[in-house]
Amino acid sequence: MDAILLQILNGLDKGSAYALIALGLTLIFGTLGVVNFAHGALFMIGAFCSVTLSRLFSLSHKVEVPGETDFLGNPLKKDVPYLYDIFGESTGAAIIDWAVPLSILFAIPIMLAVGYAMERGLIKHFYKRPHADQILVTFGLAIVLQEVIKYYFGANPIPTPAPSAFTGSFDFGAMLGFDPNTIIYPYWRLVYFAFAVVIIGAVFSFLQFTTFGMVVRAGMADRETVGLLGINIDRRFTIMFGIAAAVAGLAGVMYAPINSPNYHMGMDFLVLSFVVVVVGGMGSLPGAVLAGFLLGVLESFASMREVIDLIPGINQVIIYLVAIIILLTRPRGLMGRKGVMED
Amino acid sequence: MFGLEKKDTSLLLIVAVLTMFAPFILNPFPTDSALAQFNAGYPDLMQRFVIFGIFAIGFNILFGLTGYLSFGHAAFLGVGSYAAVWMFKLIGMNVLPAILLAIIVSGLFSVIIGYVSLRRSGIYFSILTLAFAQMSFALAYSVLTPITGGETGLQLALDDPRILGVSQTAEGNIPVPSLFGLEMRSTAELVVGPWEFVFNVGYYTSALFMLASFYLAIRIFRSPFGMMLRAVKSNQQRMNYTGLNTRPYTLAAFVISGMYAGLAGGLMASMDPLAGAERMQWTASGEVVLMTILGGAGTLIGPVLGAGFIKYFENIFSKINDNVLHGWFAFLPDGMEDFVVFIIHPFIGKGWHLTLGILFMMVVIFLPGGLVEGGQRISSWVRGRKSEDKAKGKTEPAE
Repeated sequence: MDAILLQILNGLDKGSAYALIALGLTLIFGTLGVVNFAHGALFMIGAFCSVTLSRLFSLSHKVEVPGETDFLGNPLKKDVPYLYDIFGESTGAAIIDWAVPLSILFAIPIMLAVGYAMERGLIKHFYKRPHADQILVTFGLAIVLQEVIKYYFGANPIPTPAPSAFTGSFDFGAMLGFDPNTIIYPYWRLVYFAFAVVIIGAVFSFLQFTTFGMVVRAGMADRETVGLLGINIDRRFTIMFGIAAAVAGLAGVMYAPINSPNYHMGMDFLVLSFVVVVVGGMGSLPGAVLAGFLLGVLESFASMREVIDLIPGINQVIIYLVAIIILLTRPRGLMGRKGVMED
Repeated sequence: MFGLEKKDTSLLLIVAVLTMFAPFILNPFPTDSALAQFNAGYPDLMQRFVIFGIFAIGFNILFGLTGYLSFGHAAFLGVGSYAAVWMFKLIGMNVLPAILLAIIVSGLFSVIIGYVSLRRSGIYFSILTLAFAQMSFALAYSVLTPITGGETGLQLALDDPRILGVSQTAEGNIPVPSLFGLEMRSTAELVVGPWEFVFNVGYYTSALFMLASFYLAIRIFRSPFGMMLRAVKSNQQRMNYTGLNTRPYTLAAFVISGMYAGLAGGLMASMDPLAGAERMQWTASGEVVLMTILGGAGTLIGPVLGAGFIKYFENIFSKINDNVLHGWFAFLPDGMEDFVVFIIHPFIGKGWHLTLGILFMMVVIFLPGGLVEGGQRISSWVRGRKSEDKAKGKTEPAE
């Protein structure tokens, strides 16, 4: 029982990332009908937003420490971040410590702008072209974005720590009455899960309870009629593209402490997220979220020692295997509408 | 000739002449001149030209004719490589059986994957092939290590059996791949004045294979079978309504292109007898897609051009560094020189993929027909000035 619970917990953080990326992918596909291969790159840009911000925060200048000398006898110099000068030492240190969560604020406008620019500058011209062309051009864009990031940040992963308040793990098992030390879970992963739930909830309630969201949903169902009613649906869809980019970006921002950002993390997640979208059903938002969490948990179950001993290598292929089975038996996915790209 | 139309025969002959004289054509600059770095006439690169040419020709038979975009073709190349290396380990160092087995094994593999994947079309097909390829990659990397060598890759060893050959040479080395005693790595050099031309056995073997596969591709393109595949691309639904089952045709195309990939993989292993899982990764599949699109999908010569183009610039661009650039722009005033080098710097050397990505996007956006269409546009633009009146009289066919 405790082992099962542990695997579910382990699956949740990866599942959250899958769900967030797949949610964005589905938003784009459902609204604009575009298959966006550059969505993983947006996730990566988000992660690098937090890298950038924590670097910006720790920009520092040298200050001589009075009364102390280094081993050569020169006055000892110490790096002092500019933030210490502005906010004082304790507040400054706290801000640096909390760089990753603070990057959320920093990343939202950036990701919205990136998404907006991407849609207006590139994707817009591909609505009438076949899906293959859309895949190809966004694939090219993904390569470009990834290489730009590689050029500025280097090829190595950049460790980006979570705030020290969340660095430890806590004994989840003891809380639920199991033996101590059976279910140890890092705090940050719990934060990530909670964050994902909040974002997913926000996107859904935005679509469900606002007029803007209602129009967008109407547009997803029947774009032409909404257009005939005199609503500029294209503009709203562009904004939805920005929101989808922001969702992917935020997923990346918060994922940075879990997995040190590197330039190809987007591509790694993209392939899996596509599989998630397909399993959930093309164009189905709840399906994407459900399939994201489901596959995340399934993946972590498959990496249990007992399962691997039974079927070696299953942890590597479980997601693809599920996708193949789903596509062959139920091509519209778990919650897809009948007839949406079901050929 | 060879059962081809006149136009196709001349195309085949041009390609044949170009590949046979490639060591001359690709080495136009004297070895000690400053431009020698643009020479591509060394064996390693020439081999890659033709091998990736084969890979792209095969991919084009599937994508160019039927429109099915496979994102997992590298898996077949990887499987072919593994099969060939196993043949070297077990049977002997002759490349023919190795290549034969590579083609057979990748063909069987593509029958299985194709049978499942082709039940869907469009983006689902792309994702299914992607999923299969990633699965094979993950398995080759982890569980199948006894067969694939895992992370280190599959390599030859001194104690391999090699039933029909020797386990090790008299000097105690691992024998090298050969074609009936003709070693793949052996080269002849021809020095003419300041020029130096290299003729490599491996290159010519691969080139012959490429010519054969190019010829086969032409025959497929012009056959009723090829016509059927094109019909699948233009309107599969209509084909189905006429009571025709298209799946055997698409499956045949898939398997043929899988076997082409296997041939490329087998040749790759013959040139350098080791095989690694990274050849199967989806970025490798993406590369062949880039080659085909860049050259011109659905055209005969396009994929070969694309493969050559990408491999050439990959080699040349990645060799250019800041010092070379400073040398080129030395004529500019100092500040200007640094500025120009600073601007170009991200696009060269390790930044080659950035250039490739931008180029690829440009091609997809502005030139969907690839380099071939670009060439046609230029030639019609040059000729079109004279015959403008004719073009005006042309009528568009009704939809």
